[in-house]
Amino acid sequence: MSEKLVIVGNGMAPGRMLEHLFEAAPGRFEVTIFNAEPRVNYNRLMLSPVLSGEKTYEEIITHDDAWYADNGVTLHKASPVTLIDRAAKRVVSSNGIVADYDRLVIATGSSPFIPPVPGHQLDGVITYRDLDDVDKMLAAGSGCKVVVIGGGLLGLEAAAGLKMRGMDVTVLHLGPTLMERQLDPAAGYLLERAFADRGVTVITRANTQRVLGEERVTGVELSDGTVIDCSMVVMAVGIRPSTGLAKAAGLAVNRGIVVDDQMRTDDPSVFALGECAEHRGVCYGLVAPLYEMAQVLAQTLVAAPAAYAGSVTSTKLKVTGIDLFSAGDFGEAEDREEIVLRDASAGIYKRLVLKDDRIIGAVLYGETSDGPWYFDLLRRGVDTREMRDTLIFGQAYQGGTPLDPMAAVAALPDEAEICGCNGVCKGKITDAITGKGLTGLDGVRAHTKASASCGSCTHLVEQLLHLTLGDSYNPAAVQPMCACTDYGHDDVRRLIIAKGLKSIPAVMQELEWKTSCGCAKCRPALNYYLVADWPGEYEDDGQSRFINERVHANIQKDGTYSVVPRMWGGMTSPKELRAIADVADKFAIPAVKVTGGQRIDLLGVRKEDLPGVWADLNAAGMVSGAAYAKGLRTVKTCVGSDWCRFGTQDSTGLGIRLEKFMWGAWTPAKVKLAVSGCPRNCAEATCKDIGVICVDSGYDIHFAGAAGLDIKGTELLCHADSEDEALEIIVALTQLYREQGRYLERIYKWAKRVGTPSILANVVTDHAKRRHYFDRFVFSQRFAQVDPWEERVNGKDAHEFAAMAELAVPMAAE
Amino acid sequence: MTDDWIDIGSLDAIPRRGARCVSTPEGKIAVFRTHQDQVFALENRCPHKQGPLSEGIVHGASVTCPLHNWVFDLATGEAMGADEGRVRTYGVRVQDGRILMALQQAMVAAQ
Ligand code: SRM
Ligand SMILES: Cc1cc2nc3c(=O)[nH]c(=O)nc-3n(C[C@H](O)[C@H](O)[C@H](O)COP(=O)(O)OP(=O)(O)OC[C@H]3O[C@@H](n4cnc5c(N)ncnc54)[C@H](O)[C@@H]3O)c2cc1C
Ligand code: SF4
Ligand code: FES
Repeated sequence: MSEKLVIVGNGMAPGRMLEHLFEAAPGRFEVTIFNAEPRVNYNRLMLSPVLSGEKTYEEIITHDDAWYADNGVTLHKASPVTLIDRAAKRVVSSNGIVADYDRLVIATGSSPFIPPVPGHQLDGVITYRDLDDVDKMLAAGSGCKVVVIGGGLLGLEAAAGLKMRGMDVTVLHLGPTLMERQLDPAAGYLLERAFADRGVTVITRANTQRVLGEERVTGVELSDGTVIDCSMVVMAVGIRPSTGLAKAAGLAVNRGIVVDDQMRTDDPSVFALGECAEHRGVCYGLVAPLYEMAQVLAQTLVAAPAAYAGSVTSTKLKVTGIDLFSAGDFGEAEDREEIVLRDASAGIYKRLVLKDDRIIGAVLYGETSDGPWYFDLLRRGVDTREMRDTLIFGQAYQGGTPLDPMAAVAALPDEAEICGCNGVCKGKITDAITGKGLTGLDGVRAHTKASASCGSCTHLVEQLLHLTLGDSYNPAAVQPMCACTDYGHDDVRRLIIAKGLKSIPAVMQELEWKTSCGCAKCRPALNYYLVADWPGEYEDDGQSRFINERVHANIQKDGTYSVVPRMWGGMTSPKELRAIADVADKFAIPAVKVTGGQRIDLLGVRKEDLPGVWADLNAAGMVSGAAYAKGLRTVKTCVGSDWCRFGTQDSTGLGIRLEKFMWGAWTPAKVKLAVSGCPRNCAEATCKDIGVICVDSGYDIHFAGAAGLDIKGTELLCHADSEDEALEIIVALTQLYREQGRYLERIYKWAKRVGTPSILANVVTDHAKRRHYFDRFVFSQRFAQVDPWEERVNGKDAHEFAAMAELAVPMAAE
Repeated sequence: MTDDWIDIGSLDAIPRRGARCVSTPEGKIAVFRTHQDQVFALENRCPHKQGPLSEGIVHGASVTCPLHNWVFDLATGEAMGADEGRVRTYGVRVQDGRILMALQQAMVAAQ
């Protein structure tokens, strides 16, 4: 029996802890998580880019639903725990879910602190902690007047994001200058000026007296009587560990929930982790220490020895275009010295705080590349007497080496930490680059997690890529299609249209291909682009197609082929089944299988038999199922209102109609559809490229699902009232994808790249645009809806199916 | 040695950037025709997992195996890039639009 592990809170700390835990002891625990938020685990650090519009929520998800399913984790979303019963070892959530535990982890994070000024509870007063807060802020819309109270990191990130969304933003800060605990007045002034340049008003020494308004916020009044009109107030004055639940359960709580070096509370089966925990008198508010705690807790849970010894933290302001790094302690005291460097014209400010010749605090503004170096000296407690005179100029100036922006990174020792969030050191990154043959940021992120959290070490990782790979690393360049060209897919597509290029040689000539006739990567892509962009004009180039699409059957591992005829919407008939049985007998086809796509596969057909097999299937009215095609594959359906007691619409009929309308269309990658008759979803429509869920009021159109290499539920695109409308939207969507998708890019990847809003604008909200895409699809179908089997039965490409000569002469002996 | 060359068909029987097979009692030989009308003959068996090379995409003087994308130099039969392996090659030449193959010669050479 596996042990029951219950986690309260689904934030960044427990997410990381579970990754370590599943790596160390897969299957050992039966894990249940309660989350107050109605969603999966995401990268909270990245809320600011979501707020500013630089990223989408989907891009900052850490663990998607599939991850929980894969790891057997039960996640109760929108289910805040309201009671911990330690005697019975169980927790209860506000919506009545009860879970027993052997071990309990409290990871409730922090709550924003709201100063109890009059009016703080009015509508329009918002905090900044989770995605719901971001959504609330965005709902205010551009042009809205906002006051952000608090000029710390969080408040400034919120202000910058809201400004980028076109809002009118004022920051109220109690201190004399921004971030006065980290920056001296001059540096605070630089920061204030940077915000002023962005059009954000900053008022310092601003003591908020009250929030004005009847029900909704109308303004803020300061103690000096100044009134600032606004319709939204963002409170960002600080956070408090969320300890209410632990306190009520009788656990030891100071500022946070008190834990020992193993993250254990005073109840041996209860642990606390993350911002809600207090370790050796310290509560942390940054993610790096929490990740260290997460590692220790995972080890503790599997009974491996581990101890958390506390952390020194560093942080960066994540506002595009403002570089600010700070680490350690800045308080002034007798025994401390300071070194400060200012370059007013370049807007650079650096400050080091030293004690006993060791760095205990560092602030860098405007130029932060030496941050990791100082932080490394700080953490290791290095005696800096020897370099005292040049210390402030940075690492490049040590030991007389010339100044080179890359030198600082090059000179870092292998143990120097590059990614603070994930505790990844330089050596680990360079090893991964060379060992795994990585060529870009994405690879480094995937293999080491470096720069995958807050992203502020991205430029350091890029410098490491540059150092390790030399000039072959070119971050700004678009990924070329292949080694034959420097153009990326999008450029090639654009130029094909712009220059009216209508053949593969024309593309290669005009776009200066580096090889005489391309390669196995670019030729199929070019062939598709030309087929899609010039219907009726471009003549398909079979030699540029992968074998399956050239001979319209799937090659098998032994060089034989499989043949899959269409069964429209998964419906078949005795006549079709008889023809399939006969053909299998006649050609001694060794295997007949029902596919995962609701039709029948004949496997092991000899290549020379293909035309004969097709002729017989054609005679029974069947055409190619295109099971090999980057094109329309299957349209799965359920029995729907025809038979099912729950069916709301004719799902089978709609599926057949879609398949008959869309078959033959070539697409960037395969396209699979499904139509389910009700939300029970027996046709599995919500993991398809496009799926329809029939409901009483019509048709919910979903898209961008995946269930192969990646698993991803679909997104709801829109609702259609009638079958005709549903068909029109689905067809327009497919055409948009045909015109924008990169070769081999499935719909879900394309959608992620171009963003749902642009798709909605083209095929849902603007009816004229939808019609335009629909019409182009229909036009292209005039040339595409020709059964390739029939063509070949009639002699097309006959050379494909017969040897050119039979020789009685034996081949050379081995 | 000219009488060792066997006529296996016309050049036009093979599409440009394509291949066709010649059957022999011991297996198939793939005959490739490049974009520039060069002709090469290789055993139709990929050294990786026996993929039929004649079904691959032909580019320049090389072919990409249809099963797992290894690339072979048609002239030498050598795998290119990171992969290692070699396919047996056979002598072929084009004369007056006909393709001639040096089957016996290959056999003799190998013995
Ligand atoms: C026959 C079938 C398995 C079966 O016996 O049921 C099958 C067989 C193959 N699948 Fe599949 N897939 C089959 C349903 C699926 C499904 C289920 C579905 O469609 O509902 C999926 C997951 C859904 C999806 O596509 O997201 C599926 C996801 C894949 C993938 C992963 C694609 C991806 O983008 O993640 C590949 C690989 C690829 O396409 O690159 C693949 C590739 C293949 C290939 C073509 C492998 C290959 O390149 O040779 C197999 C060909 C065998 C043959 O000759 O028939 N097959 N394959 C199913 C044919 C359905 C049909 O009637 O056409
Ligand atoms: C906008 C923003 C930017 C930030 N930027 C940075 C940065 O650049 N660098 C950095 O290091 N840190 C940054 N942080 C801080 C960082 O996000 C936190 O330190 C980290 O997320 C804390 O992780 P956690 O798991 O302890 O808590 P959280 O991630 O806060 O997760 C706690 C979760 O528990 C849930 N919960 C609470 N009570 C209950 C209950 N009773 N039952 C069920 N669930 C409950 C909450 O809803 C929440 O989802 C930032 C924070 C914010 C808000
Ligand atoms: S899962 Fe699909 S690709 Fe993999 S072996 Fe089965 S049929 Fe082939
Ligand atoms: S069989 Fe040719 S690459 Fe695998």
